[in-house]
Amino acid sequence: MNPITSIRSRTVVMPSTNIDTDQIIPGRFLTTTTKEGLGQQLFADWRYDANGAPRADFILNTPAAQGCRILVAGRNVGCGSSREHAPWALLDYGIQAVISTEIADIFRNNSLKNGLLPIVVDAATHAWLIANPGAEISIDLQTATLTLPGQAPVGFPIDPFARYCLINGVDELGFLLSKNAAIEAYEARRGA
Amino acid sequence: MSQPKTMFEKVWQAHEVVPETADTPAVIFIDLHLTHEVTSPQAFSVLRERGLKVRRPDLTLATMDHATPTRTEQVFGGAPITIESAAKQIRQLEKNCAEFGVELLGLQDERRGIVHIIGPELGVTQPGKTIVCGDSHTSTHGAFGALAFGIGTTEVGHVLATQCLLQKKAKTLAVEVAGQLATGVTPKDLILAIIGQLGVSGGTGHVIEYRGAAVRAMSMEERMTVCNMSIEAGARAGMIAPDETTFAYLADRPRSPKGAAWDAAVSHWRTLPTDEGARFDKRIDIDGAALEPMVTYGTNPGMVVPVTGNIPDRRGDPVFDAAMRYMGLNAGEPIRNAPVNVVFVGSCTNGRLSDLRAAARVLRGHKVAQGVHMLVVPGSQEVKRLAEAEGLHHVFQEAGAEWRESGCSMCLGMNGDTVAKGEYSVSTSNRNFEGRQGVGARTLLASPETAAASAIRGRVTDPRELLNG
Repeated sequence: MNPITSIRSRTVVMPSTNIDTDQIIPGRFLTTTTKEGLGQQLFADWRYDANGAPRADFILNTPAAQGCRILVAGRNVGCGSSREHAPWALLDYGIQAVISTEIADIFRNNSLKNGLLPIVVDAATHAWLIANPGAEISIDLQTATLTLPGQAPVGFPIDPFARYCLINGVDELGFLLSKNAAIEAYEARRGA
Repeated sequence: MSQPKTMFEKVWQAHEVVPETADTPAVIFIDLHLTHEVTSPQAFSVLRERGLKVRRPDLTLATMDHATPTRTEQVFGGAPITIESAAKQIRQLEKNCAEFGVELLGLQDERRGIVHIIGPELGVTQPGKTIVCGDSHTSTHGAFGALAFGIGTTEVGHVLATQCLLQKKAKTLAVEVAGQLATGVTPKDLILAIIGQLGVSGGTGHVIEYRGAAVRAMSMEERMTVCNMSIEAGARAGMIAPDETTFAYLADRPRSPKGAAWDAAVSHWRTLPTDEGARFDKRIDIDGAALEPMVTYGTNPGMVVPVTGNIPDRRGDPVFDAAMRYMGLNAGEPIRNAPVNVVFVGSCTNGRLSDLRAAARVLRGHKVAQGVHMLVVPGSQEVKRLAEAEGLHHVFQEAGAEWRESGCSMCLGMNGDTVAKGEYSVSTSNRNFEGRQGVGARTLLASPETAAASAIRGRVTDPRELLNG
């Protein structure tokens, strides 16, 4: 995984509450054996009509949304299915961070493991972001802060280990494999 | 005396390979890794790329359920699987399991079924174990006092390679259910009511323990239905303390401990329940006796009302307004008599033998209403065999329902078993999200009894009207 230290981008805003992973990537697209190309199907049922043509009124199809790498979503984004295809689809499309007041557990975990930043902000910051779509904002992972235009940086919580892995491009499997002696000792203690 | 502990804390501590520190998460050992065709291929690819083996094939069990066909001719008759990409995924799992030495209960294996149904059936699901699977409904196994939760594909790879996961300790949430459920009110209604009260994110960051008289009175199959939907309240895991009901269910299962090992296991399992005086981070109380059959009206499982009730009027709330538009229902209307086009009985929530018996009890001697398509999909091949031995398939078929081979089927429609755009489906599954059962499908979640009653009337129906005469 490539190291990530900061992201600066305009935002695309999807204010709906409880955007579940079935919306992010519908189940019928999960019969794949790779991670590639899922960006095409991101939000497929909201993004395309029955004939597969883009719906002009869906936010990702608007000119303003093009090139935005930060998604601001309503509360409890990523709830439901554990499908990691959701962060894969977002990343493949070009989204690098998801901001909300609340992010569902499994989606948050899956995102961190793929370098998609799940950023939880307070209600006031969230309300500002929702009210100002397209704002150019920056996320600094070193200082764990978010900066809105013309405002002082605000901190966001992030697990210190996940932050360390993201900044240094460390993959967690490598870390786990380095614990082999402890795993062997545990297995011996338990009588496997 | 040591500090009183919750069941979750006991299971957690027993699996700490390396405890959590301020800087690093805990390394937690996994006793059972269940895997299936949809969320594993990319994990096996990582192993292959990095030259890694499956560390503990003896603790890993694979099956296929999500994208598999339910039509007998495609499962057993050699007919081509309708969806080519699904067929490819099935072949990939066969290849991966053969290459990495993982036991696979494949398409034609008589022990195959939905992963969360076969674990308990085989007796590999046991109290005190840590159990994971690349599927959010892994919480089902918590009914046995296991710590069981869904993981993503990267973590599937972690467990394959190391039999461990990096985890931060969750908070605990006690759900106390007093009293006894009334006739016609089921554990499905209870869990829908709990989600309605907690909300779809009320359990986020928590492990739920379901407690109280109503829970203690439940069979294992009923407890599984409750724990199954913990994730729909945002909780990754739900647990129920093991007791004599648990031990009776597990005794003599194909892979449960035998002889002296069984006695030792039961002695250990008896130490697992939460100690008197242990502290939970959060608690909610439910009056089980006051509950009625529940039906969802919206597009998440927390949007739920009693079948005798009305859809609430929350006009102005964007989530509510969007849900009403999608569902084609109106604020303030009774949910009873809402239209029904499809009825689905099955899934890891309600696809066990007792669920099929419950649906058949309502359906016996009746016909599915004109224009309603009813699909009954047993949760496993074992459930199918047992149901057929009792003649339940005849009840369904004589009523006009379809009887299929096991799998996840119409719960998520990956295999082509879908609900058409705009149609209303009363479903015993677990998610009523937009498009879950098919593009534009409108799902109303309910118990098997309510689903069967609604199939007969062709309208959302209170099952007690049919059960009482």
